[in-house]
Amino acid sequence: MSDSTQLNPTSDERIKEFSKLRKALIRPELGGIVGTVAVFTFFLIFAYDSGMFNSRGIMNWSIVSSQFVIIAVGACLLMIAGEFDLSVGSMIGFAGMMIAIFSVKLGWPVWLAILLTFVMCISVGALNGFIVIRTGLPSFIVTLAFLFILRGLTIFLPQVIVRKTIIGGVKDVAEGDWLAVLFDGKILTGLFSWLGEEGLIATFERGTRAGQPVVSGIPMLIVWAIVLMLLGHFLLTRTQFGNWIFASGGDAEAARNSGVPVNKVKILMFMFTAFCATVFATCQVMEFGSAGADRGLLKEFEAIIAVVIGGALLTGGYGSVIGAALGALIFGVVQQGLFFANVESSLFRVFLGVILLFAVILNTYIRRIITGER
Amino acid sequence: MNQDAKPIIQMNNIEKHFGSVIALSGVSIDVFSGECHCLLGDNGAGKSTFIKTMSGVYKPTHGDILFEGRPMHFANPRKAIEAGIATVHQHLAMIPLMSVSRNFFMGNEPVKKVGPLRLFDHDYANRVTMEEMNKMGIKLRSPDQAVGTLSGGERQTVAIARAVYFGAKLLILDEPTSALGVRQTANVLMTIDKVRKQGIAVVFITHNVRHAFPVGDQFTLLNRGHSMGTFRKSEIDRDSLQTMMAGGEEIRNLEATIQGGNNFKQE
Repeated sequence: MSDSTQLNPTSDERIKEFSKLRKALIRPELGGIVGTVAVFTFFLIFAYDSGMFNSRGIMNWSIVSSQFVIIAVGACLLMIAGEFDLSVGSMIGFAGMMIAIFSVKLGWPVWLAILLTFVMCISVGALNGFIVIRTGLPSFIVTLAFLFILRGLTIFLPQVIVRKTIIGGVKDVAEGDWLAVLFDGKILTGLFSWLGEEGLIATFERGTRAGQPVVSGIPMLIVWAIVLMLLGHFLLTRTQFGNWIFASGGDAEAARNSGVPVNKVKILMFMFTAFCATVFATCQVMEFGSAGADRGLLKEFEAIIAVVIGGALLTGGYGSVIGAALGALIFGVVQQGLFFANVESSLFRVFLGVILLFAVILNTYIRRIITGER
Repeated sequence: MNQDAKPIIQMNNIEKHFGSVIALSGVSIDVFSGECHCLLGDNGAGKSTFIKTMSGVYKPTHGDILFEGRPMHFANPRKAIEAGIATVHQHLAMIPLMSVSRNFFMGNEPVKKVGPLRLFDHDYANRVTMEEMNKMGIKLRSPDQAVGTLSGGERQTVAIARAVYFGAKLLILDEPTSALGVRQTANVLMTIDKVRKQGIAVVFITHNVRHAFPVGDQFTLLNRGHSMGTFRKSEIDRDSLQTMMAGGEEIRNLEATIQGGNNFKQE
């Protein structure tokens, strides 16, 4: 009985079909993929003979990249959920210090030290999230406060306890600990010995380890990075919870109206970010055998930059874990590649700034395509 | 039309006070399944308060509500939604950056259980979204299309289709056409018509008689918290409605005073 004019809602002559290129542009990972290809091409051309691409060189930048990946995965999911965490770097320092204090100074078993530290840090993450939700303040401010609180504690505590800002001796106490192995061990050592024997990878030629491969296995750090990346990607794209993460960051009010438990999602993502920071810290402490008060400086920003290069929007609701991991890979390769190519390492920061700017501009453009804004 | 049928919701003598402000003073309407009941009134007439009472956001100060013949006491809006009362708000519960199918199932994701994992069943979600949007006459390029690429009218239609798909018996549309152009408004009105023909009761809030008249079966006019009466379409014409609308008279006077277009250079 409608007496409105019959209009055909399906056709609008003003809408052009998207070209293939524009469709590809809408994938958040695009920037990361292009960047990765560009970076590898560059260093293959300019630093091929520098040892960057032999087994030891590959392991070198893989480890650095994996460190970035671990914190980028957490930062990525949190950013898609619409929040930031600026306390990641301080939390890395804090977590490392706690493990060292518990295990070396208090003499507790290392597994207990690690577990307690995880509980503490994840609680701080939950507190971050709780304050953000309760006060409605921007997470930028709340986590900035924790950046200083945690860093301050990380410097204060060891000074009071040992009158130093570095606590060493973690390697000795961690020897044979079942949980420490999860962060410090290596896998596929058999494969690597075999590769060495077959002459496929470099082996030591002299000394006590002659005949053993230079790279003896894949460090757990890399395993953590890959597992976290796959887990994060799966969670985000394939699960119900993933839809809630997108919804919470896209428009919290609309999500609430539709029955999405936005507060729970956001607090859980703060906790996950804290978890990732603690994984990073534990691996680092186990590798170095010590905890230092200045560990993790600026890591929060590096994580955020990796996520942005990976195509996520700073405003939330859009992004990709795989993209963030590629962003982290670009980071690691460039940072170590400049070293291999004998370029002054301070230029790395210049590169970071420039690429960040490009990434943000590209993302804004992509956002306009998606939302049809002009 | 269905004079003998029982109304799906009866609002009897609803009063709502906010402190000393009387937002509603005794408004009654009956809404029938398969009908579009238009709630007309100017800003401040009490339309929003009235529908919020209907959808369980507010509790009436006086008066009672019968939903499907039984007194209705919803603790919160979620309970009302579960009972089948869905509201599509002026500001939509849609997220522009997310795909249509992710939006369609937001908060009600179809879950495929694989062991302990609750996976988002994308195939199912995409298929249902395409089907439901087709029924409403919107052809999507793909269910992955972001909602941001849809027009305002299409977004309203997605929101309506979603409410219908998730079992709404009573659909409350809060000013769905107020921000739309002529053509998009027509599309939304056609959507309302389709929904009504599926046997769902529609409450359509607007201050625009020209939008309400084509689809409405009944019209209730609100003015400053009072009902100015409910009319069936057969009992009233568009112009009378327009005149009765709060401001109808005033606008005519205004036209006479301003005489826009004729002599705007005159001092």
